[in-house]
Amino acid sequence: MLEIKDLDVHYGGIHALKGVSLKVDDGEIVTLIGANGAGKSTTLRTISGLKKPTAGSVLVDGKDITKMAAADRVGLGLSQVPEGRRIFTSMTVMENLELGAYRRRGGDLSKDLNGVFERFPVLADRRKQLGGTLSGGEQQMLAMGRAMMAKPRILLMDEPSMGLAPLLVQEIFEIIAQINKDGTTILLVEQNANKALQVAKRAYVMETGRIVISGDAAELMKTEDIKKAYLGG
Amino acid sequence: MEVFQQLINGLSLGSIYALIALGYTMVYGIIQLINFAHGDVLMVGAFVGWFSMTTLHMNVFAALVTAMAACAMLGVIIERVAYKPLRNSTRIAALITAIGVSLFLEYVMMYFVGANPKAYPDLTGFMAGSFTIHGVIIKNIQLVIIGISVLLMIILQFIVQRTRVGKAMRAVSQDADAARLMGINVDNTISITFAIGSALAGAAGVMWGLYYISINPLMGLMPGLKAFVAAVFGGIGLIPGALLGAYAVGFIETIAKGVGLSTYSDAVVFLVLILILIIKPAGLLGKNTKEKV
Repeated sequence: MLEIKDLDVHYGGIHALKGVSLKVDDGEIVTLIGANGAGKSTTLRTISGLKKPTAGSVLVDGKDITKMAAADRVGLGLSQVPEGRRIFTSMTVMENLELGAYRRRGGDLSKDLNGVFERFPVLADRRKQLGGTLSGGEQQMLAMGRAMMAKPRILLMDEPSMGLAPLLVQEIFEIIAQINKDGTTILLVEQNANKALQVAKRAYVMETGRIVISGDAAELMKTEDIKKAYLGG
Repeated sequence: MEVFQQLINGLSLGSIYALIALGYTMVYGIIQLINFAHGDVLMVGAFVGWFSMTTLHMNVFAALVTAMAACAMLGVIIERVAYKPLRNSTRIAALITAIGVSLFLEYVMMYFVGANPKAYPDLTGFMAGSFTIHGVIIKNIQLVIIGISVLLMIILQFIVQRTRVGKAMRAVSQDADAARLMGINVDNTISITFAIGSALAGAAGVMWGLYYISINPLMGLMPGLKAFVAAVFGGIGLIPGALLGAYAVGFIETIAKGVGLSTYSDAVVFLVLILILIIKPAGLLGKNTKEKV
């Protein structure tokens, strides 16, 4: 469904991605884990089109979209929950959600809004509040709900658990599993490798701009190297 | 009564400044550029209105709409040709380009119409009239200017707050990358912002001509500068700030004239601006952030 091949990305003189390839199949949760600065976010930003690669390609359903503008990729069913949530803080919760559906001209949004409010009841209570007045966890839910309003086929999630209390982290991961169960393919970037490997089917491990290990998530959890480097054991 | 006389004068002058300041602040809000050519867009609008009324014999309102449409197109062209290629360069490069565009518009217009002032046609009918309440003289043209300005501000407010395009504009001005992830075409949204801001400047140009009669290719400088001051005054990037700042500048200017400081009215405006910015560096409504001018 989604495939990237030999991606090279530079930030000025910094070589951030060095030939990264990965694949996400229909219906999977795939996770991309690794230390800070390994290139996980850059990989997601290149997939969503915010960053242009210097070499390599991004394919959706076998079609090369490397040169397509970020905004047009949303129309293909790619939706991103960005790092740091990036909600529109001086717009209301409702307006944030409507912007999520920006690409879907016409049509009735109420059904999808209800779907989001069912998944995140707290957003329904806060629908008239400005995004900036929400707590960190609520903002994360808003960012996820906003992305779901685009009716994505593939959801790209960048560090959804970052900065959240443990109880909320648990809740967020349950919601991720539920979204996947309801039919959305997910590529999940996480520093919380433990949780990410539990929810994912397959995993890729990144180090300094390269993918160093990949495989079945459950298998990787048992690997000594992974345990030592990423699971704190 | 003198106070009320200055109040009505300040209200009509402030309305014109408000239309100009809105364009400044919208463009700044979306691409953090001080568009120094904005006053010259007003000048072009004034000339398009003048040409429509004299050569094409249009009525005032048709001329106003024509000037707004012409300026909207001009604004989009300026953005696409001059500013878009510089979007990722330094802000000082974009600023210098804006000054270049300003000079270009002034002297191209001068090439076509000459440097001598042109006169707007005499007002006719209702707009030529005036009336007196308790010694305060109110010209009908002042009411027309205030009325049209307020109407345009209401339309703008509706567009920005309620429409799909307005929501896209607000989203881009807050976070362009996040807007891209929503599927918003950032380039088109910036173009629309320039179109709307320039159309407002075009309307202001025609009203300036109706009010002050005389227009010339360098006329955009002072109103442009004052509207810029007004936008900074209120807090640049904020629409309510631009309105507040514009009426404040209008009132300060007319009051300065009213108390016999006609020669120094511009100096008074800038003096008050300096004082306000010393006390509130981000403007009256602005929040202090490191990104402001």
